[in-house]
Amino acid sequence: MDIFVDSAGPLLSAIGTTVLMAVVAGVGALVLGTLIAAARISPIPVLRGAAFAYVQFFVNVPLLALLILAVFALPDAGIIMPLAPTAVLVLALYEAAYVAEAVRSGVNTVGNGQIEASRALGFTLGQTLRLVVIPQSLRAAVQPLGNVMIALTMNTALAAAVGVVELTSAANKLNLVEAQPILIFAAAGLVYMALALVIGLGAGRIERKVAILR
Amino acid sequence: MSREPISPESGTGMVVMTDVQKHFGDHHVLKDISLSIAAREVVVVVGPSGSGKSTLCRCINRLETITSGSILVDGTALPTEGKALATLRSEVGMVFQSFNLFAHRSILDNVTLAPIQVRKESKKVAEAHALELLDRVGIADKADSFPAQLSGGQQQRAAIARALAMRPKVMLFDEPTSALDPEMVTEVLDVMISLAAEGMTMVVVTHEMGFARRAADRVVFMDDGRIVEQNTPAEFFDHPESERAKAFLSKILTH
Repeated sequence: MDIFVDSAGPLLSAIGTTVLMAVVAGVGALVLGTLIAAARISPIPVLRGAAFAYVQFFVNVPLLALLILAVFALPDAGIIMPLAPTAVLVLALYEAAYVAEAVRSGVNTVGNGQIEASRALGFTLGQTLRLVVIPQSLRAAVQPLGNVMIALTMNTALAAAVGVVELTSAANKLNLVEAQPILIFAAAGLVYMALALVIGLGAGRIERKVAILR
Repeated sequence: MSREPISPESGTGMVVMTDVQKHFGDHHVLKDISLSIAAREVVVVVGPSGSGKSTLCRCINRLETITSGSILVDGTALPTEGKALATLRSEVGMVFQSFNLFAHRSILDNVTLAPIQVRKESKKVAEAHALELLDRVGIADKADSFPAQLSGGQQQRAAIARALAMRPKVMLFDEPTSALDPEMVTEVLDVMISLAAEGMTMVVVTHEMGFARRAADRVVFMDDGRIVEQNTPAEFFDHPESERAKAFLSKILTH
């Protein structure tokens, strides 16, 4: 256990980086993904097409490839950003596609009948969305969104491959010095599990709170 | 029923459809529909499935758009889009086959939502009116329940209360009892019969011939997108004129 105590400072700071990346990228992905989902179900064909293309692109290109592309190609194109923010940006863009799909599936749970009923009552499109569609679809999307957030947290580990010093990268560095791979990576794995557990429990709590009696 | 008989062509209609055509792609669903419904009149639309009767009903508040022709509601042409259309819809109540209550809201909220949001009534006024209506349809004790906790018949009565809360000029019923278990049909029909007796203008698409006999001023028979014949219920059921109406009635009344 001494090896963890001796390197507590760098390890904690690496865990902090992992959590910070997950939170910032997570919030970004939620906001962007919801907008993309809205575009995806909008009555405007151009928006629908663009959102569809966005989702298809990010779902079908590996995250690692995107990270490498961003880290090496962006500076080449004259856009120079620090490593961690670049990784967070790519993560947010990538996971937004999955958020969009989760939100869209939530929207699909709201029956067309309820939308017709609200139109028949004289609600405008905005009122229909605000009062009927969005509250119900967010509830249905809580659990799938929780899964996307867990995947996002796990995916922060890929940032190690492009040089961001987060948990996996710090564990790797420690192992180079200490040569205790089983102990060190098992410990890192436990930290990831704990993070996933927190997100999963949080999503479960939110879902119970907003669940619709059926 | 102690109401004055209403002749189909009397006065200006509450709903006036003139030469309405409707296509779904190549399919011609409504053909040359001209129909005038007077204020306080109860018109029951019957016909085989696929005859266009639901579509006719849904065109009146523009849930379906028409290809050509005109529809006037209380003298106003149906607006095509936006706020004006929403305002018109708020004056036309609609009851659906599948109830379509808002699943995430209590029954009371279902009834008050549109009056508060669209008619800008205060919460207090809207709730008092809603409780009155729920009492009238016999489910005042369910005000705080959620739709899924109610039986089909109760949900449909809540949906009727929701539509009435907007103080509509016309009520459209699109097969309101078709999704109900047989033992729940009566409780919904009773509410509709009392509405008719109070003088609500109603357009009812239904297979309930008993209701048509009891409550309708006029029965409109549709087949293949056309109005084939229309008459008082007594005349229509006992002396149908067209062969198609005779065939239809023989099929539904023999068992």
